Amino acid sequence: MSVTLKPGTSGLIGRDEIVTLKHGAGGRAMRTLIQETLAAGFLDAPASGIGLAAMDDGAALKLGDRWLVVTTDSHVVHPVFFPGGDIGRLAIAGTVNDLAMMGATEPAGLTCAVILEEGFRRSDLERIQRSMLDTCREAGVTVITGDTKVMGRGELDGIVINTTGVALTDRVVPDSGLLPGDRIIVTGTIGDHGIALMARRHAIAFDAPLESDVAPINALIRAALAAAPGEVTAMKDPTRGGVASALHEMAEKSGVEIVIEEPAVPVHPVVRSAAEMLGLDPFHIANEGKALIGVRPASAERVLAALRAHPRGSEAAIIGTVSDAHAGRVVLDTGLGRRLLAEPEGEPLPRIC
Amino acid sequence: MLETLRTTEAAGQLRFRDPAKAKELAQALDKVTADVGRAPVSVMHVCGSHEQSIAKFGLRSILPKTLNVIMGPGCPVCVTDVPEVDEAVVLAQDGLRIATYGDMLKVPGTALSLADAQSHGAHIDVVYSAAEAVELARDTTDEVVFFASGFETTAVATAAVVLAEPPANFSVLSAHKYIPPVMEIVAEMPGTKVEGFLAAGHAATITGSAIFDRFVDRHHIPVVVAGFEPLDILAGLVKLVELVRDGTPRVENMYPRCVTPLGNRNAQQQLWRVFRTVGGMWRGIAHVPNGNLRLRDEFARVDTRKKFRIDVKRLWNNAPSTLTQLCMCGDIMAGIASPSHCSLFGKECTPDNPVGACMVSSEGTCRIWHQYGGHPDL
Repeated sequence: MSVTLKPGTSGLIGRDEIVTLKHGAGGRAMRTLIQETLAAGFLDAPASGIGLAAMDDGAALKLGDRWLVVTTDSHVVHPVFFPGGDIGRLAIAGTVNDLAMMGATEPAGLTCAVILEEGFRRSDLERIQRSMLDTCREAGVTVITGDTKVMGRGELDGIVINTTGVALTDRVVPDSGLLPGDRIIVTGTIGDHGIALMARRHAIAFDAPLESDVAPINALIRAALAAAPGEVTAMKDPTRGGVASALHEMAEKSGVEIVIEEPAVPVHPVVRSAAEMLGLDPFHIANEGKALIGVRPASAERVLAALRAHPRGSEAAIIGTVSDAHAGRVVLDTGLGRRLLAEPEGEPLPRIC
Repeated sequence: MLETLRTTEAAGQLRFRDPAKAKELAQALDKVTADVGRAPVSVMHVCGSHEQSIAKFGLRSILPKTLNVIMGPGCPVCVTDVPEVDEAVVLAQDGLRIATYGDMLKVPGTALSLADAQSHGAHIDVVYSAAEAVELARDTTDEVVFFASGFETTAVATAAVVLAEPPANFSVLSAHKYIPPVMEIVAEMPGTKVEGFLAAGHAATITGSAIFDRFVDRHHIPVVVAGFEPLDILAGLVKLVELVRDGTPRVENMYPRCVTPLGNRNAQQQLWRVFRTVGGMWRGIAHVPNGNLRLRDEFARVDTRKKFRIDVKRLWNNAPSTLTQLCMCGDIMAGIASPSHCSLFGKECTPDNPVGACMVSSEGTCRIWHQYGGHPDL
């Protein structure tokens, strides 16, 4: 039997005229959209500080002889509870880490705005709240104000959490300060968060446990900064878009080339296998408890030792070098040959070939 | 639970990624290429996975400058033709759930890709296997269409689910392709410069390496079956250029740990029980006789094209595309033209809005040129 389908919706819209998931993937498409729309007119930096124009992890305003660092982040994740964490832990750690990436490792307080879908289970909300509380204790911070909204069924997917963080610091570390000669350090294995989530979504099981790395790492960063005062030139947390996007942003904004030694990059064996099978590149996969740190060459070993002495940095490694060869370029030395490290376009999807 | 990954597999692969051995093979390749005594020597691989590996491990930076390794009709996703994508887009717009592999989402149709259709509200599920698409259908009363792409290797997996009594709300929209015929097309293309083929190891595990004997007899072009690890590819290239140098065209199997001369007979039986070959367009290349795999009539129940009347014409009314006619992917894949010869390259045809096969895939020649400005000296 043949079934004739009703005509589809007419009125096609050009693919540049609507926002697509590609614009939310943390790569170039997202940065362009923000610069062209949301940030237009706001791009003038505040007097002596880091504003929207820098497109950094947060803003920094001069307050007397110190800096007030402000950052905000909205969190959506599917599934809400995942191996190694949940949206509550993600919402706290994400904002604490964004502050830390600016050099502000002692958060003064967080705001928390929650939007819930009608029908969301109260027990799940309580579980998320307990997780937020635990993560706050871990990071040495507390929620100081908040807001709650409920929307109708189907108007959003379960729960959205926005957190904003503020902190004071004596020295701001931008993501644009890399200098030729600097070494690049990653604070641990890459790709754990994204692969753990993807495995859950696609019901792929592993013969070894794999959990998201979601965690507040402000104490780890504090240790690194204290080990070599003034020697850390740039930091970025490789969340959406993975290490590749973060390195591109750092290289472009700093006007330098970064060469990464792939064999030196720590990758969990399960992540390596899964990425291989799913046709994904661990450099494109999101992390939620890692940082990329640029440091002056003479201090690299000292910073590395400080990171490794901390439980969240035991697998830290020096993975690359900065040069002035080709501004904005990121080169990957695979140990077999060299190639450019491409930024991911759109959400990483399992592929067949 | 569909799949249990064994992490020990990763360790096994490392044997085929040994930098010291790679260096030896690269030196051997330099020597044998120089021994041919003319430049450039052009060979072609016919598999996206080979290009993927070459790009991923940075192998192009260690290949001899006088060896031109051309990316052939490559990944099955890239060569999925516009009308095939249109069929899936129309069904998605009409409210059917489309289950497909992730890299099919970005392949452009006449007016929209599946990713575009999804942005407009269509329900697209990214699946990792044919079995996952069936699971999806079992979990819902919605009509689920598995938009299936891939060469014979992947087609075997589709055949297996078709033979395993899938639920009534499941059907297959086959865009599966069959590799051997397209090698004939490339070999017969006027002005083709291809002197040897690196054949895809995974497809050959099914078909066997002997399937290429007839091709070599007809065209006197050597074929080397190679695997996908860096050492597999380098060793395959060394063997292939040796055959070019010696003027002794024959089939060599450099992937014997997986490929036998006759292949996997069971898988072949499943494949041909479910599918038959029909001629069809491969995007940007040519009409390939017997190049497409379609479901046999006895499986009409699970054949989307038999189950639904798919009106793709309404998309053509919206935005008739003449761009694909200007696309030069066919010539680029035959080694006759470079991306810079194409009037669309970097203008109408970009990674965000690809027209042809070579721009669709992240490992396509045009895509790599666009992103990296040719092959930069690294």
